[in-house]
Amino acid sequence: MSTRAIESPTGSALAGRIGLGRTLTLVARLREVGIVLVLLAVVAIVTIQAPLFFSVSNFEQILLNVSLIAIVAVGQTTVVLTRNVDLSVGSVVGLVAFATGDLLKEHTLGVPAAIGVGCLLGLGLGAFNGLIVAVARVPAIVATLGTLYVYRGLDFIVAGGKQVSAIDLPRDYLGIATSSVLAIPTLIVAAALIALVAAYLLRNSGPGRELYAIGSNPAAAEVVGIPTQRLIFGAFVVCGLCAGIAGVLWGSRFGSVNALAASGLELQVIAAVVVGGVNIFGGSGTVIGAVLGAILLATIENALRILHLSEFWLLAIDGAIILLAVGTDAAIRGYFQRILMRTGRR
Amino acid sequence: MSLRSLALFRRWETLLVVLLVAFIVLGSSLSPYFVSGSNFSNLTSNLMEKAIMALPLALIIIAGEIDLSVESMLGLASALLGFTYALGWPLWLDIPLVLFVGAMGGLLNGVLVTRVGLPSLVVTLGTLALYRGLASVVLGPRSVSGWPEWFTNFGFSNVPGTLIPWPLLVFAALAIAFLFVLHRTWIGRQIYAIGKNKEAARYSGIDVAKVKTYLFIFSGVLSALAGVILTARFSSARADNGQGFVLDVVTSVLLGGVNIFGGEGTIVGVVLAIFVIGVLRNGLTLADVSPDTQSVAVGALLILSVAGPTLVRRISAAWPRRQLTKPVSNS
Repeated sequence: MSTRAIESPTGSALAGRIGLGRTLTLVARLREVGIVLVLLAVVAIVTIQAPLFFSVSNFEQILLNVSLIAIVAVGQTTVVLTRNVDLSVGSVVGLVAFATGDLLKEHTLGVPAAIGVGCLLGLGLGAFNGLIVAVARVPAIVATLGTLYVYRGLDFIVAGGKQVSAIDLPRDYLGIATSSVLAIPTLIVAAALIALVAAYLLRNSGPGRELYAIGSNPAAAEVVGIPTQRLIFGAFVVCGLCAGIAGVLWGSRFGSVNALAASGLELQVIAAVVVGGVNIFGGSGTVIGAVLGAILLATIENALRILHLSEFWLLAIDGAIILLAVGTDAAIRGYFQRILMRTGRR
Repeated sequence: MSLRSLALFRRWETLLVVLLVAFIVLGSSLSPYFVSGSNFSNLTSNLMEKAIMALPLALIIIAGEIDLSVESMLGLASALLGFTYALGWPLWLDIPLVLFVGAMGGLLNGVLVTRVGLPSLVVTLGTLALYRGLASVVLGPRSVSGWPEWFTNFGFSNVPGTLIPWPLLVFAALAIAFLFVLHRTWIGRQIYAIGKNKEAARYSGIDVAKVKTYLFIFSGVLSALAGVILTARFSSARADNGQGFVLDVVTSVLLGGVNIFGGEGTIVGVVLAIFVIGVLRNGLTLADVSPDTQSVAVGALLILSVAGPTLVRRISAAWPRRQLTKPVSNS
């Protein structure tokens, strides 16, 4: 309470803040251009070092690797926009991947039904996260750190040391990952469709705009009558559904699934989201930015492999990139804030 | 206000004792080997690394921040210790070096949080990946063994003639020091003040950034110390040592009654919670439940430990307010 009183903005600061909102969108758009430029630079440098890198098949490989992470990143973006975070996505992907694989292995369900059940499972796990955060009011970091281990533990219980291999899986299911639509691999098409739909809804639908409002200023969002807790719950459901879709496709993409599938994925996803310019304090950022972030990270990873750098560097680079991205954001934000405060006073 | 919260925490600690007794009863019903001196000694020895990391984390959370990178700093310390030892450097040089790297890792967290102004959640999520990544860069997939006898004995032997594991002495000394500093000195009062209201603390002359930076440095050093002890106990240095410890460490602190929003919590509660989780895991291990499956119970405990008090507080908040309105309206 008292913090709010101290922070209550003076007229000039208020003007600064209104301007700041607009500048932040501008910065976000600059960010997307920025990522593309960095991406081009990486591609150029690596191509000079190793010409093999620059080929349609290698780029297709990169995009295939990105597709599943990008789908999860779309869901993560909706959660981060509301000033929350979902650390359990890796475990949701893993649990859904194993459950779907197991259903198909045991011939319990046909391929479409198993896919449907997998997506619903993801949605349910996301809804559980949403309940803990929105109803029990547990901070998202604690709630999803808990479910990260709860869901992974359930995965171990379900798997019981078993593994689903490619031979156990029906051909129709494995065919999803190798098939293509108009010469573009289905997984890439699916990821692009999900990202575009989410981008459109976040930009143009009422609830989409309200998610931004909640992240920018939760108290103000509440005052203007936005059902904040219900929307935060919804964001977690969307995040769970996206992780569920990625989980369903996981077995098809990689052929085999064990209880450790997709562990640690949350760090890659969060790295993609913050590199993509989604503000970790909520309220600004786009799905397209997050997807571009994922593409940049996957390109760097691919480049390291091609340049024969040890893959032990990958995790360290993910971590360094998270720090660099949020650090740069803070520096840019601080810079614009100072400029706006000055103009506001004048 | 402080009186009421004190009473609440007294009750919270009583609850922890009840929980501890309940788990001990449960454990003894699961396995006949549970209630024995050697099992309790073994159980304690398994806990010490997590317990040592929980102490500084408690202070960090009381000050309103979080450190998720502790388990990776443990891994980095273990990897570095193995790497330098394999180079033939003597341990009396390796151990201080590793502790120094721990301090530097904590300093990086602290600087990014207090000077750059980034949320500790994201910073330490980043360093969780960074430090673990650096650990595997340093040591790769190999493990280093062949440690001197005094070192491994320190890790898994008891004080001669007793059932007290050596690392327990280290933890006990640290716990008493933390207890004293947090509850009996101005440093502790500053930490509570920062967690209650950062701005008010700053206006009352507390160097918030400095206090927080020191807390992160302590966290780094003690995580590195935990890495040294774990290496001694397993007599093996590996880059993936301590992976997944963050769950138990964070759960101990929050189950121990530390408020996730800062400003409240006691060392006694945290120490009790450490043993609650240790007894739970040990009982489940004796009942042949795998560690990954045990994490379901610990994860649930983590969520409940925060959801429970929030719900209780929301219900109890309705009570005294009604009682207070009368005298106010009379005057």
